Amino acid sequence: MLSIEDIHVYRGRTYVLKGISLRVEYGQIVALLGANGAGKTTTLRTISGLLRPNEGRILYRTEPNRKKIDISRIAPEEIVRMGISHCPEGRGVFSELSVKENLMVGAYLRNDKPAVLKDYDRVCEMFPILKKRPNQAAGSMSGGEQMMLALGRSLMSHPKLLILDEPSLGLAPNLVDMIFDMLARINTEGVTMLLVEQNAVMGLHLAHRAYVLEIGRVILSGTSKDLACDEAVQKAYLGGR
Amino acid sequence: MSGGYVAQQLINGLILGSMYALVAIGFSMIYGIIRLINFAHGDVVMIGAFVTLGLAQVVGVPFPLVAVAALATGAAMGIIIERGAFRPMRGAPQVTGFIASLAVSIMLQNLGILILTGQPRNFAFPDYLQKVIRVGAVSFRVIDLCIMLSALVLMCGLIFLVQKTRLGMAMRATAENLDVARLMGININRTIMATFALGSCLAGISGLMWGGKFGQIDPLLGFVPGLKSFVAAVIGGVGSIPGAILGGYILGLSEVLFVGLLPPIYSAYRDAFVFSTLILILLLMPNGLLGKRMEERA
Repeated sequence: MLSIEDIHVYRGRTYVLKGISLRVEYGQIVALLGANGAGKTTTLRTISGLLRPNEGRILYRTEPNRKKIDISRIAPEEIVRMGISHCPEGRGVFSELSVKENLMVGAYLRNDKPAVLKDYDRVCEMFPILKKRPNQAAGSMSGGEQMMLALGRSLMSHPKLLILDEPSLGLAPNLVDMIFDMLARINTEGVTMLLVEQNAVMGLHLAHRAYVLEIGRVILSGTSKDLACDEAVQKAYLGGR
Repeated sequence: MSGGYVAQQLINGLILGSMYALVAIGFSMIYGIIRLINFAHGDVVMIGAFVTLGLAQVVGVPFPLVAVAALATGAAMGIIIERGAFRPMRGAPQVTGFIASLAVSIMLQNLGILILTGQPRNFAFPDYLQKVIRVGAVSFRVIDLCIMLSALVLMCGLIFLVQKTRLGMAMRATAENLDVARLMGININRTIMATFALGSCLAGISGLMWGGKFGQIDPLLGFVPGLKSFVAAVIGGVGSIPGAILGGYILGLSEVLFVGLLPPIYSAYRDAFVFSTLILILLLMPNGLLGKRMEERA
């Protein structure tokens, strides 16, 4: 569905991604693991068009038998239109917009009002708290509620590929479990996912496959099961001995 | 000092306040979305005044149509300023944007002097708008009433647009977080352009009001109203539209009352009064009356 081929990205003068390649297959959840500064967020921001790679291609297609398109030089709003939704680091809810407006802004590009309302009901059914307080300013919600809102907002664009940047960041463990259960459910409903996760245990548990990044390069990749057994991964990320 | 006199001053203050408010809204909207003060905003007022003069007195277009043209010219100027001076600077340090807009302002003023000469021109509303209405001890012209009412209608329309429409939602989202707005599929260039157009169309129409109110216009006309409306925006809390409206009325009323209620010897100090008010407000409430805390918005 998505294949990144050897992208090199600079942020200002800093050389951040030094040739990253990875693949996301239909229906899978793929996790990007790695320490701070490894380039995980930069990778996601490059996919969604906020950053442009100096070199390399990002090939994407919505359906298996469609033609692949290089989206590496396309504006973010066009990428959203192609079915990629990016739930940003730190959630990024619009704190001055109401809960309902936040969800509706997620469906900004969609014109099919009945379908949008159907998705609104679906999101509210997943996260009942959002339905209870549609007019509350999003900034006054708790961190966990804001995460649910950010996730709901991403679903409102009806994505085929959902990109998540640290959904567990700053959340209490029971909320992390709840969010990850929800992600698994969204995945079984047909949404492919690419997930950046600092919490490698949770990330490997949820994902089918994973890549480990270190200072701008992929150093390991494989199925979650293999990686979870890998000694180096255990030592570096899973708190193993 | 009679009650009628005070009432008259209050009306005068409301009229002046309406004009400040209309210009202040533009400052606030533009600041809200790109965190930059558009110093050329006052010159859009000047251009609005000259377009009005040209169409009404030279070409002879009926006045309601002239008002529409002033709105449209303001919007067009806003778009030109955004495309010419702000978009190329996007992502540059803030100071660069300030200087760019200052350059646009100086350019527009000098272009005006070059084309139109610095000679002030007489500017008069047609007779039917000059008719004086008397209510008790208070008197005002038809145009004053039009200024107050149209300012109200325009401001309500704008608030509706910002709060209730899809474009308004995109504008508020973009103002809060540019990158996340893009991730939602919002075309931020188009949204920022629309913000400039909306803010500037109000400046354009207030050019019409300014010219008619003071009877004479010249290419440097925009400077002082621009500066004072900026003060109004700061008083209300720059970035907030209701704040700009409130600041505009407060400034207009207090300026007129300052001149009207104190002995005439002080009236030469009206501008000094306005800017002292600004200093005082900034000392007491650095974020203005309705402004959000800056650190929250950063």
